[in-house]
Amino acid sequence: MKRVQFSSPFLPYLFIAPQMAIIFVFFYWPSVQAIQSSFFLEDPFGFGSTFVGLSNYSDALGSVQYQAIARFTVVFTALVTFLSLGIGVLLAVKADTVLKGSATYKTLLIWVYAIAPPVAGLMGMMFFDQHIGPLVKFAALFGWDMKVGLNYYDTAFAMIAVSVWKQIPYNFIFILSGLQSIPVSVREAAAIDCRSGFRRFWTMTLPLLAPTAFFLLIINMTYALFDTFGVIDVMVKDKAANNPITLVYKVYMDGFRGNDLGGSSAQSVILMIVVFVLTIFQFRFIERRVHYN
Amino acid sequence: MFKPLSLAGFALALSATASMAATNITWWHGMAGRNGEVINEVAKKFNEAQSACAITPVSKGTYEEALASGIAAFRAGEQPNILQVFDAGAATIINAPGAVIPAEDLITQAGYTFDREAFIEGVRYFYAAPDGKFVGMPFNSSAPIMYVNTEALEKAGVEAPKTWEDFETIAPKLKEAGYLPLVQSQLTWQFTENFFSRHNIQFATNNNGYDSVVDTKINMTDPNLVMMFTKLKAWADEGYFGYYGAGWNDNQKLFEDGKAAFWIGSSGSFGGLQKTAQKPFSATFLPYWGSVKGAGTNTFIGGAALFAMSGKPDAENKCTADFFQFLTSPEVQKFYHEATGYVAITKAAYELAKSEGYYKEKPAAEVGIQQLMLPSGEWSKGYRLGFYPQIREIMEREYGRIFAGETSVEDALKTIETEANDLLARFAKTAG
Repeated sequence: MKRVQFSSPFLPYLFIAPQMAIIFVFFYWPSVQAIQSSFFLEDPFGFGSTFVGLSNYSDALGSVQYQAIARFTVVFTALVTFLSLGIGVLLAVKADTVLKGSATYKTLLIWVYAIAPPVAGLMGMMFFDQHIGPLVKFAALFGWDMKVGLNYYDTAFAMIAVSVWKQIPYNFIFILSGLQSIPVSVREAAAIDCRSGFRRFWTMTLPLLAPTAFFLLIINMTYALFDTFGVIDVMVKDKAANNPITLVYKVYMDGFRGNDLGGSSAQSVILMIVVFVLTIFQFRFIERRVHYN
Repeated sequence: MFKPLSLAGFALALSATASMAATNITWWHGMAGRNGEVINEVAKKFNEAQSACAITPVSKGTYEEALASGIAAFRAGEQPNILQVFDAGAATIINAPGAVIPAEDLITQAGYTFDREAFIEGVRYFYAAPDGKFVGMPFNSSAPIMYVNTEALEKAGVEAPKTWEDFETIAPKLKEAGYLPLVQSQLTWQFTENFFSRHNIQFATNNNGYDSVVDTKINMTDPNLVMMFTKLKAWADEGYFGYYGAGWNDNQKLFEDGKAAFWIGSSGSFGGLQKTAQKPFSATFLPYWGSVKGAGTNTFIGGAALFAMSGKPDAENKCTADFFQFLTSPEVQKFYHEATGYVAITKAAYELAKSEGYYKEKPAAEVGIQQLMLPSGEWSKGYRLGFYPQIREIMEREYGRIFAGETSVEDALKTIETEANDLLARFAKTAG
């Protein structure tokens, strides 16, 4: 690749300065603050803080509740990522083969993405409402006495359903454009060589989709870990009680509701480490198997 | 940022800035809907009643969000003059010396006289220092009371219960008549904190946490509380009690729709319930166990108080004092009481509403205040516990597990006690 030459060695830094300033103010600075306060026990108003070393971390990690929430977060993230990616791929592959009225199908599948997470949560909450929810009434036809907000697993089911529903369109858009970038000649060659559409998908389409799928894997994991906050908040109606929550929601509850700054900072640092490790893992081990050209 | 100002207040604020005549003060609160509108009306009344000060109310969302915003603002030196803090957050703000100016000091320094006796019994202690000095200014005060579906009682041919024993005898009849006998809306406030108060039982060591934060332990494994929850669970299993999660409205809905016979709600629900209830209703005191010795004492106030934040110029503090004085005047109290259903906090306001025949017209509106004015006991004045919002979350979680059949009452209460004591010990370290 040709190197772009700048007349002054400072010019490139000047160009990235606005971006760096934003990253610094909104990411590095709060992160440093969080790391710092995670070692202190502080009264909320900031009159005094005591250095407690790693005890905020050991309190969090040693708590049975925290471990239970962590376990749920793992299951939740895995299920949301897998289901939203899986259904997204299925719909995109099917929509790709539709000839008549494909624009209508695509628009119908995409527009859910325009719904803000809290609104999605609100809609989900109504669908799963104990008293008026149509899905609850539907489940009752099969003898399932669904009690969202009361029964841990029913709430978990509802949360996963809404989170997946919300994320499918995003995956759909990317996978569809990924599919359309596969050259027609390759497809035709594959169609001549192999009759089984299922096998063509596994041996030809999926490998060619790998860069898109890898990108989506990372995006979906961060979505399930962090962006589902709005959905969860609305669905538990501000009172988590015995309902499942994710680690991010726990940080919010302890920090913003409970005013325990040290404990909540330690938890958010733990989350930062998790994401850091996850990202390294993905780039080191999964990306190697992805071919971009 | 969007500030829901009343038009007149906005105009006044503008003219005030122009003439520099009025001192501006801000008031952050956690009320929404109808109750939020009433706050704007109160502010408007204050701004119209005098010209030296102009108050701007700002809604910060829920109670919890208001407290969190207030704390963040205080740390940044941008605190409002007045912050509304709810009952469970009281310990957080009162145990942070220097964050607030005690309301009583503020008012006396402004040259007014302050008479604690002017306030009704149940509101005097909750937001006060151990020596009785008012730290927070009680504002929207409520009591957990029992709303009664009168039609259900007629059909079943029973009377509203005074005690839980009475309830046990009539519950089968109500069920037979096709009603769900009992629902409630907040197990923490109604069946825990006020359970201790209504039965005059100690809730926590160190004088319910009022005396000190050091080594405060919560009494969640009290045999009477175990009995209460064992009964609730048994009632739930027999169809006498319905639990629909920790959300307030999910439970209230059954009563609104006329499906439940009794609903334990807040006296502050009265205003809203008048609009939403589909059946005629009345109200009565929160029942208690006749079998518990010394039971039947008053409940303490729920709701929230106003705190004057420190670090403000004297002129603004004077305005805050003026506003507090204005708020406790009988006319304003009566207006607020009648518009929202929160109880009148001063005796004078109560007498005023009474003399005007308000309670003859709406007897249910009087129940809350009467319950707060019942004889008090040693342990009926409430609690002051740190990290209490988190302790409530633990209770909500474990109570939910009881009714989902995931745990036993004893185990749940023991878990709450252990985790709550850990949090209290942690709070003692932050406050120390």
